[in-house]
Amino acid sequence: MSAMTAKLQGLLDWVDERFPATSGWKAHLSEYYAPKNFNFWYFFGSLALVVLVNQILTGILLTMHYKPDATLNGSGVPVAFASVEYIMRDVPWGWLIRYMHSTGASAFFVVVYLHMFRGLLYGSHRKPRELIWIFGMLIFLMLMAEAFFGYLLPWGQMSFWGAQVIVNMFSAIPLIGPDLSLWLRGDFVVGDATLNRFFAFHVIAVPLVLVGLVAAHLIALHEVGSNNPDGIEIKKNKDAKGIPLDGIPFHPYYTVKDIVGVVVFLMVCSVVIFFMPEGGGYFLESNNFIPANPFQTPAHIAPVWYFTPYYSVLRSITYPLFGLEAKFWGVVGMGAAVVIFFLLPWLDRSPVKSIRYKGPVYKTALALFVIAFGTLGYLGVLPPTPVRTLVGQICSVVYFAFFILMPIYSKLDKCKQEPERVTG
Amino acid sequence: MASGDKVDCGRRRLIVATAAVGGIGAAVTVVPFVASMMPSERAKAAGAPVEVDISKLAPGQMMTVEWRGKPVWIINRTKDMLASLKKTDDKVSDPNSDKPMQPAYCKNEARSIKPEIFVAVGICTHLGCSPTEKMKSGSDSGIAADWPGGFICPCHGSTFDLAGRVYKSKPAPDNLEIPPYMYLSDAKIVIGEDKKGA
Repeated sequence: MSAMTAKLQGLLDWVDERFPATSGWKAHLSEYYAPKNFNFWYFFGSLALVVLVNQILTGILLTMHYKPDATLNGSGVPVAFASVEYIMRDVPWGWLIRYMHSTGASAFFVVVYLHMFRGLLYGSHRKPRELIWIFGMLIFLMLMAEAFFGYLLPWGQMSFWGAQVIVNMFSAIPLIGPDLSLWLRGDFVVGDATLNRFFAFHVIAVPLVLVGLVAAHLIALHEVGSNNPDGIEIKKNKDAKGIPLDGIPFHPYYTVKDIVGVVVFLMVCSVVIFFMPEGGGYFLESNNFIPANPFQTPAHIAPVWYFTPYYSVLRSITYPLFGLEAKFWGVVGMGAAVVIFFLLPWLDRSPVKSIRYKGPVYKTALALFVIAFGTLGYLGVLPPTPVRTLVGQICSVVYFAFFILMPIYSKLDKCKQEPERVTG
Repeated sequence: MASGDKVDCGRRRLIVATAAVGGIGAAVTVVPFVASMMPSERAKAAGAPVEVDISKLAPGQMMTVEWRGKPVWIINRTKDMLASLKKTDDKVSDPNSDKPMQPAYCKNEARSIKPEIFVAVGICTHLGCSPTEKMKSGSDSGIAADWPGGFICPCHGSTFDLAGRVYKSKPAPDNLEIPPYMYLSDAKIVIGEDKKGA
C-alpha cells in the first residue's frame, strides 16, 4: 500500500467512525444482493431517479429567471408568461433547460407508468413488499400534484383553465367544498395569489415530500430485497455465508446494466428535446403559447396526456346518485381510480406472484385493463361526443372491474407451479 | 426503570399534562398557517361594482365585461330568442329557476330584470370554464338542427339556453349564475350592486 492510499484509507476510517459511509455503501450497493434475472422492465426504477435529478437541477436553474407574477407588464403581457418567453429567447441556453424540464415531466410519467406496470406483471406489490408499493403510490400522487402545480406556472391558456377546472373539482365536495376551493385559490378566481402559492408548492413543498418518499421507497426495498420476474424469494436459498444463491451485488452488476439503460433513455429524450420539444402538442399544448385570458376558455381544453385516463373517468360519470350531483361523483370516480391502486397488494389473492406462472384469467384481465387505460387516455384528449362518452363509460367499468373483481378471479385462475430457483 | 421501581404517579401526571398543553399549543399554531392561505384583505376589497353602458348593444348582440375577475355577459335578446325560452322549458333541468342561482328579482322566465337584457356570469357551474356562445339557432350552430340558440361549454359539453338554464343530463348541476345588478338609466347598468345593497 503506497503512502497515498494509506492516507486515504486513514481518512475513510476517520469518517467511518463518525458516519456509516463504508457500511452504507455496502448495504445499499456493493453488498446489496439483487436477483440475477432482472430483465428490461427493471430499468425504470433507476430511470425515474435519473429524471428526478434532472427535474431538480433544471428546476433550480429555471427559478433563477422565472417570475411567479400574474400582473401585466408594460406590454400588457402577464409577467409570468413573459418571463418564460424570456427564458426561451434571452437566457443563454434557457431554451434547452426549459425543454429538458418540460420533456422531463412527460418522461417522468412514461417511466413511472412502466415501472408500475412492471409491478402488475411480476407481483412486486405482493407480501412482503406492500409498504414499498404504498410508498410508491404516494410518490405517484405527489408526482401528479407536482405536475399539476408546475403546469400553472407558464400562465398560458391551458395553465389557467386547467387549474380552474381542477381547483373547482374540490368545490364538488358537499359542505366544505366551496370554502376548500377558495382556500386553495387564495382568491375568488384563479389569479396572482394562486400562481404564487402553486409556485411555492411546486418548488419547495412537494419536492421535499417527494425526495423523502423516494428515500422511504428505497429503504423499504433494501429491507425486504427486490422481487424478480419469477416472483419467488431469492432469500430462501442462501449459501454458507448467507448470500442468496440467485443474488448478485447491485454494484457493479446492476449499476453497469442501468447505465446502458440510462444512455438509451437519454438518447430518446434528446430526440424529443432537440427535434420535437412540444411532443406533437402532447407535451406542451399549443394553447399554452397564448397568455392566460380569464374571459375566454379555449374551444377545446384537455389535460396533458398523463392525466387523460383519469380525466376520462371524470367525464364518464354523468348521472346523479343518492341525491348528490354527477359533478361530485365524477370527482369521486377520478379520485377512486387513483386511490384503488393502493389496495392492490390485498386484492391479488393468486398463489403465485409473477405473470409467468399465472393462468389465462389474470393475463386476460391485465390485457383488458391495459386496453381500457389506453382508450381512456386517448378519449381524454378528444372533445366529448355521445359515442365517446359511452366508450369512456365502458372502459371506466373495465378499469374498476380489474381491481374490484381481482379477489375473485385471481383465486379462480389456473396457475402453474413456481420454480424453486430463478429462471433465465 | 428497573422492574422493582415504583412509578412516580405525580411526576407522570405532570409529564402527561405538560405534553398535552404543549400539543395543544402546537396544534393551535396551525390556525394562522391555514388562515394565511385564505383571500387577503386586498383580494376581498377588489370586488367593486362595475358600471356598463349598454346603449350601443344592438338586439342579438352580446358583450363581456369583467367583474370580480370573472366574465359577465350582457346580451340584448331579440323577440325570437325570448320566444325560444318557451320551447326549452321541458328540456332544462331547472326551468323555474328554483335553485338560488339568481337574485330574487331575476327569478322569472327570462331570468332578468328587463326581459330582453340578459346579464349572467359566463362561468360554467360544472368546473368553471367559460361557455362558448352559440346564439345562432338551427344547424348553423353546428350543434343540432333543432338547436334554439344558447351556450355550450367546451370543457365537458354542458349546454345552456338563452336564459342560461342548463339542459338536463349534462355535467353542470345548476343554471348560470345571475349577478346582482340594477339599472341606473335605460342605457346604464351596475353589476355587483342592487338597491338592496348586495
